Amino acid sequence: MRYMLLIYENEALASKRTEEEQGANFQRYFAFTEKKVREDGVFEAGDPLLGTETATTVRVNGAEVANIDGPFAETTEQLGGYYILDCETLDQALGYAAEIPAAQHGSVEVRPIMQMDA
Amino acid sequence: MADDRLTAIVKTETPRVRARLIRELRDFDLAEDSLQEALLRAVKSWPVDGIPESPAAWLTTVAKRCAIDVLRREQVHHRAVGLLSAGEEDRDELDVFNDDLMRLIFTCCHPSLNLEAQIALTLRTVVDMSLAQVARAFLVSEKTMEQRLVRAKRKIKQAGIPYTVPGSRDLPRRLQGVLTVFYLVFNEGYSATAGDALIRFELCQIAIQMTRQLNRLVRGRAEALGLLSLMLLQHSRSTARVDAAGKLVLLEDQDRRLWDRGAITEGTMLLEKALLARQPPGPFQLQGAIAAVHANAATPAATDWQEIRALYDGLLKFQDTPVVRLNRAVAIGMADGADAGLEVLELMNASRDDASSSLSQRKSRVVVAQRSQRRGV
Repeated sequence: MRYMLLIYENEALASKRTEEEQGANFQRYFAFTEKKVREDGVFEAGDPLLGTETATTVRVNGAEVANIDGPFAETTEQLGGYYILDCETLDQALGYAAEIPAAQHGSVEVRPIMQMDA
Repeated sequence: MADDRLTAIVKTETPRVRARLIRELRDFDLAEDSLQEALLRAVKSWPVDGIPESPAAWLTTVAKRCAIDVLRREQVHHRAVGLLSAGEEDRDELDVFNDDLMRLIFTCCHPSLNLEAQIALTLRTVVDMSLAQVARAFLVSEKTMEQRLVRAKRKIKQAGIPYTVPGSRDLPRRLQGVLTVFYLVFNEGYSATAGDALIRFELCQIAIQMTRQLNRLVRGRAEALGLLSLMLLQHSRSTARVDAAGKLVLLEDQDRRLWDRGAITEGTMLLEKALLARQPPGPFQLQGAIAAVHANAATPAATDWQEIRALYDGLLKFQDTPVVRLNRAVAIGMADGADAGLEVLELMNASRDDASSSLSQRKSRVVVAQRSQRRGV
């Protein structure tokens, strides 16, 4: 079963990290991606996202397209990245979610991906 | 054959057979439908042919055959074939059923389901309460309760909640979750003032029964023993804590001769057994120990308040809530005099200053002072 792990953290706090802290954070993600989920054979995809200051939200009202600066919702924690993992069970996915570095200070939402039968 | 013997067998075997069918059929609803069909056939054939040697195995076999018919009709052949060959005859049959019951308990109490859903699902499937009973116990309509159950079962299926007992790394945390659900069932019966008195009393008994069974399944888990002890000790006071008019009687005003000595003895013994497990005492053991100190005091004045205070110190580390803090202040007031208790409350007050909390603090102060005075400290 495929799961999407959505990583939320407080962007403002994350941007205040020193270069050293940034490096350590990157190392932790690298270890999780390369040594954990890839080696376990569950990794399908995963990327960090650029900050919400780069986001544009699109709404279409009839024929009118509205492009709005910023993310879909103003919240204390923002979507900052994701993984797609192919796991046997929810418990396995929850186990990986707990190992994502951002789970320590932000939160990780685990959502099963809808299966589309061709 | 006596009807009540058949009813008794059905009552004890149903959850175990259901648990096994859910694992083998990998489908809550198909398991339920085929189980009901098998029960119908049992009611018809057992009075004529006699009760089979293993009623659980008989029900499982018949239910599986019904399920296979359904799957064939729906042309899910590959699953039907898989079921026919599925068998674990090398293992002790009781072990198989018990393992499945554990799986069912941990699935129903999975933290990905909300607490209400966990409780409802546990009562409906592990305890085999009827939809009407569960709805009545929680003061909601049958329709609301049914929707709650449908949503929970859908989430189990769609989110991929596994039908397994968690591994050793997650087991302590997940067991604590199961115990919390069981305690909430007990409290629903014990604390609620609204609703049908009879069904509330039954809920307490059901919770005790569930916790007994869980202890047989997990064996030697100190917190599981602690919870059973806590329930028994609280339940031992059930006849003394309500007066003829149905009003609650405070602990110190209760007629202690009405307390159930058998339950107190068992609860106290279980607690001692839990301490022997040499695991650091968790919140249920600490609460059980507090209940034991009260239960074993012949008179209110004989209560060992120093001990209770020490136990609340421990509990505070797990549950830093206003109720626990207030009870600790009361214990200090009873042990060292009202002034000492009030001082603790003042310290609590200094750390919080919103209006509602200051109101509850004022009430708390009255409680501490009154209780201490009544004891003449």
